[in-house]
Amino acid sequence: MLVHSRGTKWAVWALFLVLFLPLFALPLLVVLGASFATHWSSILPSGPTTAHYSAATRGEALQALTTSLVTALAASLIALTVGTWAALAAAALPKRVRRLLDALFVLPVAVPSVVVGLAILVAFSQPPILLNGTRWIVIAAHTVLVTAFAYQSVSAAIVRLDPAYEQAAASLGARPGYVLWRVKLPLLLPSLTAAAGLCFALSMGELSATMMLYPPDWTPLPVLIYAATDRGSLFAGSALAVVLMTATLLVLLAVSRIRTKASYR
Amino acid sequence: MGIRFDAVTVAYDGNVVLDSLDLAVQAGEVMALLGPSGSGKTTALRAVAGFVRPSAGRVFLGERDVTDLPPYRRGIGMVVQQYALFPHLRVEDNVAFGLKARKVAKTEIRARVAEALEMTGMAAYARRHPRELSGGQQQRVAVARALAIRPDVLLLDEPLSALDARLRSDMLAELARLHRELPDVSILYVTHDQVEALTLADRIAVMDKARLQACGTPRELYRAPANAFTASFVGNANLLPVTVGADGVAFAGAELKVDTAGAARGSKATLCVRPHLVGLGDGPNRLQGTVSEIQWRGSTHRLYVDVDGHRVMADVPELRTPPAHGDEVTLHFAPRDASLLTAGITHG
Repeated sequence: MLVHSRGTKWAVWALFLVLFLPLFALPLLVVLGASFATHWSSILPSGPTTAHYSAATRGEALQALTTSLVTALAASLIALTVGTWAALAAAALPKRVRRLLDALFVLPVAVPSVVVGLAILVAFSQPPILLNGTRWIVIAAHTVLVTAFAYQSVSAAIVRLDPAYEQAAASLGARPGYVLWRVKLPLLLPSLTAAAGLCFALSMGELSATMMLYPPDWTPLPVLIYAATDRGSLFAGSALAVVLMTATLLVLLAVSRIRTKASYR
Repeated sequence: MGIRFDAVTVAYDGNVVLDSLDLAVQAGEVMALLGPSGSGKTTALRAVAGFVRPSAGRVFLGERDVTDLPPYRRGIGMVVQQYALFPHLRVEDNVAFGLKARKVAKTEIRARVAEALEMTGMAAYARRHPRELSGGQQQRVAVARALAIRPDVLLLDEPLSALDARLRSDMLAELARLHRELPDVSILYVTHDQVEALTLADRIAVMDKARLQACGTPRELYRAPANAFTASFVGNANLLPVTVGADGVAFAGAELKVDTAGAARGSKATLCVRPHLVGLGDGPNRLQGTVSEIQWRGSTHRLYVDVDGHRVMADVPELRTPPAHGDEVTLHFAPRDASLLTAGITHG
């Protein structure tokens, strides 16, 4: 700690709470409160009910949750594979080519996601690759958007990886493929799971590109939340939001358990 | 299996880090590559391992030219300063790594892992992870891992530098024992520590500024160094600028009797005398000067004596009444304890 006296410690905590609560905690608490309410006309919500949750966990909403989970899972797995592969390949390239590759992979992040959505819509609305109207265009868009993060976090980890491990393995007679599977990837595992978690969370919350692309039979949960609030059903939307948040957090928790196990070794 | 460097040159972007190295390590020999950092010694080792590509010259293992072979085809055991044990694998799996990579049969792997761990005294730690071991123990595992593949050539890159002094001398004895048990393995031992080189090596190759400066048995290099750099790097040395005379040399106005064979009369040369061979008091080959510093080192006193502007070091057995700073003293050394260096007159 940088501060030692008791008084200043309290002051710092107070400042932290003043900044943290309204910005981060309160909005989430409001959503949580609203999801159990039928009215909110005074300071606190009123008319407690769980009806929104029963609606949010069946039928259309449940379908949307599954859609979101499947999309996020597929997108983050593809992104992790592609991103890791690209990062490993980039590490072996000359510096100038690597810079170019870095820049290319940052592009989907630098460009607004609406633009990425539009680009994908235009690109895949005509043969030879006709994806418009299918679930694949949503998954493709999510993959494009999150691969950048996978690539970046994995290539940062590769730079930190001590080449001595790879060389020790090679001197023991291990071919490059064997070194990759038995040494490099296991050592990168903590970063890989962190990247996967990040990609998953980003994909679960993606709305702007999804809005332009989703077909009627593949509606992710954020779209449903948007639709609910758009027609004024704030409380039903809040319940959906809490479901989305909980589902995402549960998956991240599971991923972080793998991570702690991996870094303990 | 021996190692042979045939005019091996390594350069990065035109910057020569190893300049036309010619060196042969015999089968079963321990060769130390001794030199300061940046001398090219590690580069030479890495050229054998296959991690740097010579820009010219060839590297041979036995009769086989391995210059173009990737590291994993060379069959070399290697131990580096930071051990590089795989942190995600247990000790036994670290040791088994090379055997699994070579697809050795499972039952044999078990036997050879046990053998390698036994040899390095680490059998009790087989189920541990590297991070649960001390530095010295990790080093033993690294040695066991390298030995498990039964290499003909073992490369040791500053293997003891990360250990404390006490542990270092224990490991040094341990490595000497291992080499006695494996007399056919050639060892290339890179170090900047002359004690390690003198203790362990059959021969020492002294490197400086990307070049091989001298190569010989520790005794040869110590008794009759080929040049001033070798003299000062292998053991301590007084290096005195002298002029060769009829049957001795002239130094600071005094005539010193030494063997001048091979040196032209009247030429400039460097006289090398080891500090522990310089005595205090009168005798043959006297040097007179004033004490500029005196250090007590337990069993010895180290005197720094200013002789006509040149600093002469003398290590003498502990004195009951040591001279004080500024005292006039006389030093001497026996003619046979000095060697005359005619090549490479550099002082520093």
